[in-house]
Amino acid sequence: MNQTSNGYGLSRIRRGLWALTGVAAVALGAAFLWQALTRPDLPAPRVTGEAAITNAYTLTDHTGQMLTADSFDGQWQLVFFGFTHCPDICPTTLAYMAQVMDKLGPGATQVTPIFITVDPARDTRDVMAAYVGAFHPRMVGLTGTEAQVAEAARNFRVWYERAEDTTAPDGYTMAHSGHIYLMAPDGRFFDVWMEGDAPAETFANNLSTLIQTTGSSS
Amino acid sequence: MKIIALAAVCAALPTLAAADVSVTDPWARASILASRPGAAYLTLESDIADRLTALETPAAGHVMLHDTVTDASGVSRMHHIDVLDLAPGTPVTFAPGGMHLMLMGLTGKLEEGRTFPLTLSFEHAGEIMVEVPVLSVTATGPKGAE
Repeated sequence: MNQTSNGYGLSRIRRGLWALTGVAAVALGAAFLWQALTRPDLPAPRVTGEAAITNAYTLTDHTGQMLTADSFDGQWQLVFFGFTHCPDICPTTLAYMAQVMDKLGPGATQVTPIFITVDPARDTRDVMAAYVGAFHPRMVGLTGTEAQVAEAARNFRVWYERAEDTTAPDGYTMAHSGHIYLMAPDGRFFDVWMEGDAPAETFANNLSTLIQTTGSSS
Repeated sequence: MKIIALAAVCAALPTLAAADVSVTDPWARASILASRPGAAYLTLESDIADRLTALETPAAGHVMLHDTVTDASGVSRMHHIDVLDLAPGTPVTFAPGGMHLMLMGLTGKLEEGRTFPLTLSFEHAGEIMVEVPVLSVTATGPKGAE
């Protein structure tokens, strides 16, 4: 389980973040190159690793409401990017998030689990409604246009890609980062980890402590 | 008569036993939408070197072996496995986040509490049919393992 004494699997998270920084650096390099070749007057994107993970998006929730990240102000947020044609990692991670919610007890009212699709073409509002409802009553499913989803993923430093696969339904599948992001009630990035890093109970206990020590801000 | 039949079975046993694959702890996660692929998991162990060549179930049009590979930066991709080789005495476990049986073209939603038959074909052990119980959407392992 790769658990460290604080229960968060910090070394793994750190490694993950370094890797993310690496990905960001490559992306930054590519962006510079692209910019140099095309639009030299645009300001360079600022990418500074961990601090660069920002909770910003405009998406439509599974009830059809247009939301922004600010809609969850005052709530701790568990954010995961995936897609509903994913038979393994996504339901496993969403099930994990649902278990964390169940183990939070009364603290669960201060936490919103959020599932953002990286496959908006197939994951319409109706699909998202059926999907998130099956995992947890508090889970919010977010979809949008390709551009809106791309923007959300960019802000979270989530990488995803359509992978052509003739054996897959509709001829493609999605490769994507499987991180769960914990965003604080003020909307800021707090932590990132993966489903296998710690048992749901450990994570729920840590989150409960956080909720208690920071008090209710909603 | 019975004794003779039994003797015949016993005589045949050594060859059968020589190519025996055990299929244990099969389970599938309930599906939310029939239009989305389902996933099933199990453990295989063979006495001798064998090879899983085909999978079939009336629950789905097509069953594929997939491996989820997560790289150092946390990016998960699915890989299709054509054939699965079993080494003697080495169990191969399909579990969430690793290898799974992808059930494509579900003939209906996989409903929690039901079971469906799954036939596995091995090069030496032949066909083995197991009943796969469908567990909840939030299940993370076979019954009793959680």
